[in-house]
Amino acid sequence: MRHIISLLMENESGALSRVSGLFSARGYNIESLTVAPTEDASLSRMTIVTSGSDEIIEQIIKQLNKLIDVVKVLDLNDGKFIERELMIVKVKANAQYRDEMKRMCDIFRGRIIDVSDSSFTIEITGSSSKLDAYIESIDKAAILETVRTGASGIGRGDRILKV
Amino acid sequence: MNSNHISGAEIVIRCLHEEKVKFVFGYPGGAVLNIYDAVFQQNKFKHVLVRHEQAAVHAADAYSRSTGKVGVALVTSGPGATNAVTGIATAYMDSIPMVIISGQVPTYAIGQDAFQECDTVGITRPCVKHNFLVKDVKDIASTIKKAFYVASSGRPGPVLVDIPKDITAEKYEFNYPKSVHLRSYNPIIKGHSGQIKKALSLLLNAKKPMIYSGGGVVLGDASSQLTKFVRAIGAPITSTLMGLGGFPASDKQFLGMLGMHGTYEANMAMQECDVLLAVGARFDDRVIGNPEHFLSKPRTIIHIDIDPSSISKRVKIDIPIVGHVISVLTDLNDLLSKEKIKQNISLKHWFKEIDQWRSTNCLSFKNDKKLIKPQFVVQTLHQVTKGDAFITSDVGQHQMWAAQYYPFDKPRRWINSGGLGTMGVGLPYAMGTQLAHPDAMVACVTGEASIQMCIQELSTCKQFHLPIKIVNLNNRYMGMVRQWQEFFYGNRYAESYMEALPDFVKLAEAYGHVGMKIEKPSDVEPALKEAFSNKLKERLVFMDFITDQKENVFPMIPNGKGLSEMITAEDL
Ligand SMILES: Cc1ncc(C[n+]2csc(CCOP(=O)(O)OP(=O)(O)O)c2C)c(N)n1
Repeated sequence: MRHIISLLMENESGALSRVSGLFSARGYNIESLTVAPTEDASLSRMTIVTSGSDEIIEQIIKQLNKLIDVVKVLDLNDGKFIERELMIVKVKANAQYRDEMKRMCDIFRGRIIDVSDSSFTIEITGSSSKLDAYIESIDKAAILETVRTGASGIGRGDRILKV
Repeated sequence: MNSNHISGAEIVIRCLHEEKVKFVFGYPGGAVLNIYDAVFQQNKFKHVLVRHEQAAVHAADAYSRSTGKVGVALVTSGPGATNAVTGIATAYMDSIPMVIISGQVPTYAIGQDAFQECDTVGITRPCVKHNFLVKDVKDIASTIKKAFYVASSGRPGPVLVDIPKDITAEKYEFNYPKSVHLRSYNPIIKGHSGQIKKALSLLLNAKKPMIYSGGGVVLGDASSQLTKFVRAIGAPITSTLMGLGGFPASDKQFLGMLGMHGTYEANMAMQECDVLLAVGARFDDRVIGNPEHFLSKPRTIIHIDIDPSSISKRVKIDIPIVGHVISVLTDLNDLLSKEKIKQNISLKHWFKEIDQWRSTNCLSFKNDKKLIKPQFVVQTLHQVTKGDAFITSDVGQHQMWAAQYYPFDKPRRWINSGGLGTMGVGLPYAMGTQLAHPDAMVACVTGEASIQMCIQELSTCKQFHLPIKIVNLNNRYMGMVRQWQEFFYGNRYAESYMEALPDFVKLAEAYGHVGMKIEKPSDVEPALKEAFSNKLKERLVFMDFITDQKENVFPMIPNGKGLSEMITAEDL
């Protein structure tokens, strides 16, 4: 099953490679991994999207906790959470596609952030599956370029990951 | 500049003094010259100059295994660090507390492909508990303090501190922190009391209880608590290769080692028990074989371990208890002392069943008039040393024979590479052990292939007057490889014959030691007696025993098979 794991770790050089090295050394899947500093400059927050059986996810959580630089680990799937990913897509917007691309962008609540004679650059946020759905819905031939940030996640309500 | 400022190199040395380090095993080079200059000007610890950095790390590792203290190694950048990697990985796999200090090119040269530069922190990351690159002289002391703390607490392991050369020349005041706190690292010591109660009641009510003890008991110095507990509940006990000596082998509750080359009785009891208590052990592939086969028999498993990730990794655990083995076993003993232990009648039946397995006498072997049986050499070694030696070993058949035929009654006496299975450890392990225990008997049981992997250390042994007794079980084969080729590859002995062997007697003599070649069974005991006699007390003796070439290690669980699927000597 797909799991989103959030973790806080010391903002030290090499911390990221400890996590990514752990995943490759033990053969765990990484669908996406994002990392950035938090409001507390000494900490980074990482979101890892992975998949595996319950036993594997349990091992992943334990192994992450074992890393000396990792301060806290939370499996967001243990409770309610919100997931967001940002995608920027450049699509053809010549006469043939222009109207359709505008319409699809609206349907998916995206925003056109750059325009040229022949293309639109569109920003869309949502769960990873919503972004997948957008890609599925438009004509493949119209896609010029895509870039995705990977998912970030946060617990709902009182579920807080903080030191 | 402040007058009480000292160089980074001196700070390194002062830290080691603060940690009461007695020995540093190392090898100099450009990036650590400042540190070596500071080593030269102190006399609180002894620097042991090895002949290859791999041996420095192994020797420091054995110093730790045989004493429980943190071992320390010092190597230079680039090739010094890469040579150390095998030693570090070996220590990591067996959870040995060590601090390795490596030199690095100056901070301004990092990333420039400087002479003798390598990404030491990157290369060692997957085989250390943690590592650090020190980038500021101000951080040296606190980093080394952290390194010792992380290495020796929780589940122990090697920690590497990489120090660029310019940092060791810069000056700063020395201030060694009294304590460390890492918000991200808080090993759990105390076990959950509810789980401990449950575990005890399960064990007391079991029909066929079984204890399976591992290296964690030895590393955690918990053997007296374990022994007390096991004797009180009266259950049979087995041990992994790494746990040997954690419970006295001469006790009748002890069934011998389990696993791939474990005894018939230990493996059968492990398979047939109804309640299993695992203490500081990790159900690895060489121990339980095929996990599915193991789980095909229902039983309740209790697992005590300091590392949560060891629990339910290969085998699903019913009662996990995360905590330090000493703490948990002490709690179990305390609970037990309040309990009225009624005579558990089932135990009698259980031991009857076990005695039947025991009666197969799975470790028996036939001595030969002409050929020296390797098992006989180890047995005689046990006799001659009255079971009181420290035994180090390499990897192969000789290692298994040492484990099977030299019963250990005390912990920290059996020093070998269990997890990584590193050939070449035997001699440096004997060095670290002998330095830590100068008056003890230290024997290295090895094979003619393994011993050649760190043979250069005979020179170190000469320099430091280490009276190690090397027991070379010379079968002219990489015996363990040959055994697998015999069983599983149709006797095709691909590259496992050791051609062009040196004359080990002359080799030993060339290094200034005593060499002996033993070719007849009747000479085995006299040779060992002489080697351990007062006359040779101060000397390293290399005993080259020419053994039966085709002897195999039994019992054996073939790779991927289950505990009750052993091949014994009888089967072939
Ligand atoms: C560094 C290293 N290389 C290869 C191996 C694989 N290996 C395991 S046992 C063995 C043969 C050991 O031969 P020897 O030291 O003569 O001992 P014997 O088995 O004959 O007692 C080999 C090559 C290993 N364990 N370590």
